[in-house]
Amino acid sequence: MNKIYGLERADLEKWLSRWSEKSTVYCPDEGDGRGPASFSGWKVWAGDVLPEIKPGPAKCSIKTFYFPQPESLHTFSTASDDPDAFLLMEAERDRSANVLVGLRPCDARAVYLNGLPYSKDPYFQHRDSRTTLVGFSCLEQCSTCFCQEVGGSPFDTHRLDIAITEIKGRFIAEVLSERGEALVDGAGGAGPASDKEIAELDRLKNEAKVLKSDSGENLKAKELMALYNAGFWDSVADSCLNCGACTFLCPTCYCFDIQDEVVGNKGRRIRYWDSCMFPLYSQHASGHNPRGMKMQRVRNRFMHKLKYFPDRFGPLSCVGCGRCIRECPVNIDIREVLKDLLGVE
Amino acid sequence: MSQINSKITEEIRSKVKALLSAEEIAAFVGFIDGTLPMTARPFTARSPEDADRLVFNSFCVVNPAVYLPPLLKSLEPPRRPTDPLPEGPLPKVGILATGCWSRNISIQLQENQIARERVVVLGTGCRGMVDMRKVGSIIDGREIEKAYELDDRISVSGKGFSEEILLEDVLRDNCLTCICPNPVIMDHRVGGQVPDRRVDNRFPFVDEIESKSLDKRWEWFQNEISSCIRCYACRNVCPLCYCPTCFVDDSRPQWVGKSLDPADTSIFHILRAFHCAGRCTNCGSCETVCPMGINMRVLTSKLTKDVIDLYGTEAGVDSDAPLPLTTYSETDRQDFMV
Amino acid sequence: MNPYLPYSARINDAVVETEDGNIKTFRLVLENEEERRKFRQTPGQFAMLSLAGKGEIPIGIASSPTEEGYLMFTVNKAGLVTTALHQMPVGARIGVRGPLGNGFPINTEIKGKNIVIIAGGFAFTTLRATLIYILANRADYGKVTVIYGARTPGMLLYKDEFKEWEKRDDVDVHVTIDQEAPDWTGLVGFVPTVAGEVGPSPENSVALICGPPIMIRFTMPPLEKIGWTDDQVYLSLENRMKCGLGVCGHCNVGPIYPCKDGPVFTRTQVKSLPLEY
Repeated sequence: MNKIYGLERADLEKWLSRWSEKSTVYCPDEGDGRGPASFSGWKVWAGDVLPEIKPGPAKCSIKTFYFPQPESLHTFSTASDDPDAFLLMEAERDRSANVLVGLRPCDARAVYLNGLPYSKDPYFQHRDSRTTLVGFSCLEQCSTCFCQEVGGSPFDTHRLDIAITEIKGRFIAEVLSERGEALVDGAGGAGPASDKEIAELDRLKNEAKVLKSDSGENLKAKELMALYNAGFWDSVADSCLNCGACTFLCPTCYCFDIQDEVVGNKGRRIRYWDSCMFPLYSQHASGHNPRGMKMQRVRNRFMHKLKYFPDRFGPLSCVGCGRCIRECPVNIDIREVLKDLLGVE
Repeated sequence: MSQINSKITEEIRSKVKALLSAEEIAAFVGFIDGTLPMTARPFTARSPEDADRLVFNSFCVVNPAVYLPPLLKSLEPPRRPTDPLPEGPLPKVGILATGCWSRNISIQLQENQIARERVVVLGTGCRGMVDMRKVGSIIDGREIEKAYELDDRISVSGKGFSEEILLEDVLRDNCLTCICPNPVIMDHRVGGQVPDRRVDNRFPFVDEIESKSLDKRWEWFQNEISSCIRCYACRNVCPLCYCPTCFVDDSRPQWVGKSLDPADTSIFHILRAFHCAGRCTNCGSCETVCPMGINMRVLTSKLTKDVIDLYGTEAGVDSDAPLPLTTYSETDRQDFMV
Repeated sequence: MNPYLPYSARINDAVVETEDGNIKTFRLVLENEEERRKFRQTPGQFAMLSLAGKGEIPIGIASSPTEEGYLMFTVNKAGLVTTALHQMPVGARIGVRGPLGNGFPINTEIKGKNIVIIAGGFAFTTLRATLIYILANRADYGKVTVIYGARTPGMLLYKDEFKEWEKRDDVDVHVTIDQEAPDWTGLVGFVPTVAGEVGPSPENSVALICGPPIMIRFTMPPLEKIGWTDDQVYLSLENRMKCGLGVCGHCNVGPIYPCKDGPVFTRTQVKSLPLEY
């Protein structure tokens, strides 16, 4: 049985203060969106008041924290008098501990999903082991939210350490992991939630369960090449500009490229976000490109999320956050693609 | 409903249906209703039935000319790059064009990206397109669940609010400084002529930046691009950007770093703007589609202003006028060179 | 263990293989003795060659695990990294990350079978590893047939070794070039034609085919004509790769990652995939 606490807003702010003594605490930002690249929608909590956490996910996804742009993999020297010249060495890793407060269940679910292909990635795992996720369940969804259609839920707790639900101005905090427990134990000052509050939380959760559908299972049952050869891809591609807005805002688009950078006689090997929408992504050194056409690239992105990934790992690689729907320059709507795929016989 | 745009929509549908039915064109680039309020999706109609879905309204924010060169190419019979084009006429493409969109078609013609005989232009006057961000700030960021347009207003509503907003208050900045609302190239007209807009200052934002000190200008620029995620939506939506491999993507040699170093992001934005110098039609697509809300149009506007000062020409307005930066003239000004 | 961190190696030897100078074979020795012992490749596997400051590229391992103490890579000069690699002197430091991928099922499915190796151009590299391995464990396999072709005599790889193999009576070697050339006394004709003429029996046999897609396409009909089926044919897929671990996404062919699930697949498997390679 998980421990469940009931907090006033001030209690929660006290928690944040205590946490920020040992960790960097991040929370949603309502600023003008200008700031460190790809960081829009988040800020370091400065010990003031907890900002209002608006319905729906933050502008930029949790990928911002898990896949730094860029991330140093290795370092090396190119100095001719250095006996270790051109020897690749482990890059210094970020030792700080982070607490993310106010993320939505969809973003936490994205960490869980990305963790499947990254289960043996030392950089991802290192960062994940130093990050505590304090999520806010969604009592209100945006029109572009569709987590229930892709296996998630407004109360999804995948990868969350603490799940907070705001009920009538009180914050009901459900502790879900040892890491979450460690945070709460160290912070003190909060009493258990009342039976009434727990009952209300259960009622809300059950209500959300009813809406669950299983697009993932339906798609897994379909024949791969039938989906691949479906007729609607051309029409999706007709509108697509092949930019990377969807991939870069998507919390579960995790592809990266690797490159070396040298300044003076110091070098580093970095990885950074790449997008399967870009033609060079799949181009061979010979010039041959297995996905040389825009339609092939558009199709690959959706097929990866909705068929290839679930066939390999189980769940769909989409959390239904709706960022791609909102920010696509030409209104390509993954919900339509999902529907079209489900309609393929 | 907006009477004006409904009428244009009807005319587009019937004309495109006729063109597609008669097989005069193989495809038509226009718009259909998007899945979200206040959105229109660029759409390629390929059958007479498709034509029934076409719309024209104040939410058609993407310049459809961007689709023209690749679409024309895709309709050519497959052949190796070195093979000549087959004899005889090639399939034609129809396209909807307002003033600025038609100017981009004109530039694509001048730059030999498309052939005039393969393009059928449905021209329409344009009263400007809506800036979603302006609407958003008027309704305090609340989520719009329903929206429809009237002739001079749009009506938006959501949870706990319903408002009517004057169109003029939420038009995009580029539309408010539009000098060319009517098409410069046209094969068929849909809708009526739109009166020219009275524009006192075409470059208010440029003036504002120019009035700053060098340091402050740089500070503005760095802040403006700080949230760029290098998704290249601005580049990919631009009808001027048709290079097979963009300099930011090139890896041999690699001109620009690939991640988010401010120096690399700066180079991308500066060079992108310069590549548009003397060619930009102020269509505003780049700025509109930016998911991070970066006002990169200020950069292209500055170059437009400079080109007017230096060469006295306006991109795509006069299809016979040479493009200033690809044409040499002995009378070209040289005082900026050293 | 960080799977992204390469072992450090030195270039021990570099030989130009072909007359156009575009293909070189590098012999690499891992600097750390323990890593040298631990590195055990299966023929058909590849490694990431890593040039600090330039980047990494996936290259098939051309040496067999039975050749101890060093690794061989035959590299075609094509991109940024391979061009830089070609300019590197003997003694230079280089990173090696691997072995990666699955390799040919040399000790499982194909053990005890007759082996037909068919290759064109510079795609013989991992098949060299395979052949060396088979010859070192000769009793484990049945009849061994090698059909290998290149455009000209000067474009053939491993010329000296081929001379030795041709002398042996426990391996049936057919080397061909596309067109007549002065001083060439061997076979003339394309690999598919020669494969048809040799006509290896499909009975208890497998074919390992590496080469340009067009060669593979035209090699299949003559084999099918004499009874070969897709599940007897092993191919190696190439795609742009970055991580070699099935994470970065680049090399996917539909649902599979050649870097992790491959690069070796049966033709039956390849045919079930989208044509994205």
